[in-house]
Amino acid sequence: MPTNNMTRLDPNSQAASRGLSDLSIRNLFIIPTIAFLIIFNIFPLLYSLGYSFTDFRASTNAPAKFVGLQNYRDLLNDPFIWKNFSITAKYVLISVTGQVVVGFGLAMLLNRAIPAKGLITTLLLLPMMLSMAVVGLFWKLLYDPNFGIINYFLGLGKFEWLADPDMALWAIAIVDIWMWSPFVMLLSLAGLSAVPKHLYEAAEIDRAGNIYTFFRITLPLVAPILMIAIIFRTMEAFKTFDLAYVLSSQPTTELIAIRLYKMAFQEWQTGMSSAFAYIVLIMVVAITNIYVKYLNKVKAR
Amino acid sequence: MKRKLSGMLAGAALSALMATSAAAEDLVIFWAEWDPANFLQELVNEYEEETGISVTVETTPWADFQTKAFTEFNARGSAYDMIVGDSQWLGAASEGGHYVDLTDFFKEHNLGEVMAPATVKYYAEYPGNSGKYWAIPAEGDAVGWSYRKDWFEDPAEMEAFKAKYGYDLAPPKTWAELTDIAEFFHRPDEDRYGIAIYTDNSYDAMVMGVENAIFSYGAELGNFETYEVDGYVNSDKAVAALENYKKLYSYTPPGWAKTFFVENNQAITEGLVAMSMNYFAFFPALLNEATNPHAAHTGFFANPAGPDGDQFAALGGQGISVVKYSENQDMAMDFLEWFIKDETQKRWAELGGYTASAAVLESDEFRQATPYNEAFYQTMFKVKDFWAVPEFAELLTSANQRLYPFIVGDEGTAKETLDALAADWEATFKKYGRGQ
Repeated sequence: MPTNNMTRLDPNSQAASRGLSDLSIRNLFIIPTIAFLIIFNIFPLLYSLGYSFTDFRASTNAPAKFVGLQNYRDLLNDPFIWKNFSITAKYVLISVTGQVVVGFGLAMLLNRAIPAKGLITTLLLLPMMLSMAVVGLFWKLLYDPNFGIINYFLGLGKFEWLADPDMALWAIAIVDIWMWSPFVMLLSLAGLSAVPKHLYEAAEIDRAGNIYTFFRITLPLVAPILMIAIIFRTMEAFKTFDLAYVLSSQPTTELIAIRLYKMAFQEWQTGMSSAFAYIVLIMVVAITNIYVKYLNKVKAR
Repeated sequence: MKRKLSGMLAGAALSALMATSAAAEDLVIFWAEWDPANFLQELVNEYEEETGISVTVETTPWADFQTKAFTEFNARGSAYDMIVGDSQWLGAASEGGHYVDLTDFFKEHNLGEVMAPATVKYYAEYPGNSGKYWAIPAEGDAVGWSYRKDWFEDPAEMEAFKAKYGYDLAPPKTWAELTDIAEFFHRPDEDRYGIAIYTDNSYDAMVMGVENAIFSYGAELGNFETYEVDGYVNSDKAVAALENYKKLYSYTPPGWAKTFFVENNQAITEGLVAMSMNYFAFFPALLNEATNPHAAHTGFFANPAGPDGDQFAALGGQGISVVKYSENQDMAMDFLEWFIKDETQKRWAELGGYTASAAVLESDEFRQATPYNEAFYQTMFKVKDFWAVPEFAELLTSANQRLYPFIVGDEGTAKETLDALAADWEATFKKYGRGQ
């Protein structure tokens, strides 16, 4: 960062009276952060990259043997891993779409003068303040076919939400939608309140219909902030672990994060799981990049 | 001068006090969180009374047990002096150098004969038949069955059963009878179901359940010495066994797709099923009126025989090992000397632990102590176990990936499932250069 961007130190401040220069204050703040980043992020990142080319197992004393790209080849040829990827893709699609539809819908409803708006908004935000594992545990009870309240209210009898291999992923996505729609709602509300009122007035004068107004005024203006919500939620959904792990052990709900956990900490295939983690990392970076490109395009409009 | 002396004395007393308080945290045994761990804590409290050395039994939930133990091992940590580890860890923990070699201790105390043979073979020795021992059999355990005596002894039910199947309704002696009875009691309209089995596909839960069928049908998982699996785990007998297990799944309560010991005990306490598979270690809770309203009507039987009369059960239970990185290895060895004494083993059984001591197991006193001890005694002499090689977790993953879709998801046939599993296991063994 060029130094000329820095705010000058107030000569009368305490820091200045102790003789700390601008530079040393900057260092005081930055060096611990950089050190932390290097020790806990960069170093393990590089170290695990090294491991990903070996057959290392943390549970044995055997030295790591260099195996080249073997781990990557094995993983990409493993039909079960591909199944994990396609399950994850399906999950991300269902849950992020659901969150955007529900979250944006709620924001539209709240973006008007209604009584107790603040209270309603706060109450709607509660789900995302809970811990994922706790949410998973109590939804497991809600879904229970023998005594669960969901089947009782919907009159579904003994419908097996989590035991049915086809339904289980949807059931988990529903929980994720319940939990994280408020997040999309919050960002959308910020976007919606920033849309200038005069645009709507102009549209009204021109007798534009509601749908036309929504697609030509509301949506384009909220799009950039909605995109940010989508990027966050996609990345989060991609690495979902706790919710799915607690709710179901169906092979149809084995997301990549769960497979990765099992490979690394139950099977102790350290080398192989490092390679797997890198494949996942590359995919997340690629997907995020596509979004960011799109976001920039939307902003340029 | 006097003041100085008393000050010194006070200091000495203080440091002596501190030394005892340091000694109060002398030995730590790591185990999973379940009743036997509480019984062990009671037992080791008596060790402290005798010797002044305190022993703490530290526990963690089953789901984390393997991960937490191996994380500590891999870090060469000294947090635990001893560990009551799963039988299938022996390979990984001994080859990884995490366990102290107990072969000399074993021979010196003739433990090969003091403990029940199956427990020595599966909880202590690795590799098989090598004469090298890594653990002292501590908690014997195997899979057995609990059932609703009142349902079985209801005259109307007995009559209806006899009319339908042509033989008397009684605890099953064979897997065919087990299946008939499950079918007979499976009445979803009355909110009553046939049977509870293991279906959780994480770690070894469901695999242990399927093993009960495979072993009793006379099939094997493979040759534990040559690592051949083709023709073993996918033999005709194994295929028939798996088909039977899947059939039992159709008689389970709704939503029975991620179930292990907790759910299977619940199936009895909630009055859902006629019969429930579970480890013997969880049976004490079923006899407790406070935890099981049907306690007075709960009976127990050993895993039934297969069509050819073979009768085996999947092994649970653990041996106690000394951790290589412990700073108190000598103290731990002294503790083990105490633990293997006949009177300690007898006390262990009294407290609710399942001793592996052959003498205690065979005594009438033990066999008549509870309604399930007799079934436990019979079972402990015919148990078999999963692979104990260091890569057992990978073998479990393949088994879960193959078996679960067939049993719960109704995908493919039993033959296809086991052929695929045999191929997976062969590939894993090849990867680690076994049996070549």
